[in-house]
Amino acid sequence: MRNAQTAKAKVSSERNLSHLRVKSFVVTSREKVRAVYEHPTIVRLAHWMAAITIVVLSMSGLQIFRAFPSFGSKVPQHTLFVPPAGVRLGGWLGGALQWHFTFMWLFIGSGIAYVLYEFLTGHYRTVLFHMRDIPGVWPMVKHYFFFAKKPKEFEPYNPLQKLAYTTALFLGALSMITGLVLYKPVQLKYVAFLLGGFHLTRIWHFAAMCGLWAFLPGHLLMVAIHGWDNFASMVFGWTKEPQYIHEPDADADHGE
Amino acid sequence: MADENKPQNELRSARRRELLKMSPLLLAGGLLFPRVRSALLEGGLGFSDRASAALFNRNGKLTFSDAEVVPFSKFPYNYFNVLDPEVDLEQWTLTVEGDVARPGEYKLSQIMALPKVSQNTRHVCVEGWDVIGNFGGTRMGDFLRSVGASTSARFVEVECSDDYYESIDMESAPHPQSLLCYEMYGKPLDRGHGAPLRLQMPTKLGYKQAKYLETLRVTSVLKAKRGYWEDQGYSWFGGL
Repeated sequence: MRNAQTAKAKVSSERNLSHLRVKSFVVTSREKVRAVYEHPTIVRLAHWMAAITIVVLSMSGLQIFRAFPSFGSKVPQHTLFVPPAGVRLGGWLGGALQWHFTFMWLFIGSGIAYVLYEFLTGHYRTVLFHMRDIPGVWPMVKHYFFFAKKPKEFEPYNPLQKLAYTTALFLGALSMITGLVLYKPVQLKYVAFLLGGFHLTRIWHFAAMCGLWAFLPGHLLMVAIHGWDNFASMVFGWTKEPQYIHEPDADADHGE
Repeated sequence: MADENKPQNELRSARRRELLKMSPLLLAGGLLFPRVRSALLEGGLGFSDRASAALFNRNGKLTFSDAEVVPFSKFPYNYFNVLDPEVDLEQWTLTVEGDVARPGEYKLSQIMALPKVSQNTRHVCVEGWDVIGNFGGTRMGDFLRSVGASTSARFVEVECSDDYYESIDMESAPHPQSLLCYEMYGKPLDRGHGAPLRLQMPTKLGYKQAKYLETLRVTSVLKAKRGYWEDQGYSWFGGL
């Protein structure tokens, strides 16, 4: 059995990371390495689905916005800005709506599968920002922006990272809910009311997209800085000898 | 020279297995092929329409206060080829045909003889703008009953003086806010807004609200041409 070979590691005495699988691998006749199964299959699939669907939904969304590039009244109409052709998808409003109405289901479906998986397995503890992460935010800001020493790590994501991912997840949920309200403002009139009405919901929907794109440069920069193995874990699942494992190798490979 | 005693790199094997699990993402490559792309988008649009129909609440109403109604001058005129198809309002009749007990030509006065509804509802355009107006008319459900429309028919098709055409589902047509509209802001519909008779359904997008009605057909089989914009790629259900 697969699980017989893996141990639920006590990665840190301070953090409960029992949901992470740690395993020793023989890599050469002399060498063993420890690896953590950081990104389970559903998480990786959902990550790349999000990447694809957010690009398609943003570009088709900008084509849709092109049809009425304003957040105000129709008469008189004040054009806010016209998105350049290079960032639009669908060719015209009808084509863009087809992309949007197709990929929104893929976005929602993979998003819900991800959230369900995270909560059913406890994996959310890796990602979700918690009250106890608050004291760790400032030291990470000092490290990233003011060259302070990197705080010791006890789990896959540092507090600042968790804050960023949690915000991105919130923005994803916001874009889904606001999108559904724009799609069905009569059937979902109570949700529309809670969001401040149809006009404001259009703005929230646009703002959620801007927020997700604001997240991207930092995300890509961090991926670039942290090298191949960090990136590879989002493709292959396993991360080799992550820094947050401080305990000796001894107990990592036993178990029933 | 191969070292036969060299142990297998377990981590590499594990990673290879994990990579295979990512293979569903390769399906995205299908988007590069126009035929796959159009089939996918057609499927997505069809799925959206089925989901919309399933989500539709036959009695869910949304009305607005008088204070929220925009002035008549700020209610946009929208048209697809001509704003005024020069309907002869004196001679005008609505042709009713299809699965109805009493087909024929109906005068505006016959339609107006049915109970009148005046409502403040929102007109939402597929482009993203919306406007709240006041509309008066006959409930489509009342009219369909009065002409003896088949209760098992699935669609209402309309044709217009400006060559526009539309079709709507039999769930939405009898919705209590779906009107055969002949008044706006308490005055007879003006030519630009679709005189003498138009559809006004606050549960549908603007392009479903056909103006300058000429023919109304009750049917269970849609024509190949389902709607002017729908035939070019818009959602057929167009529900809000």
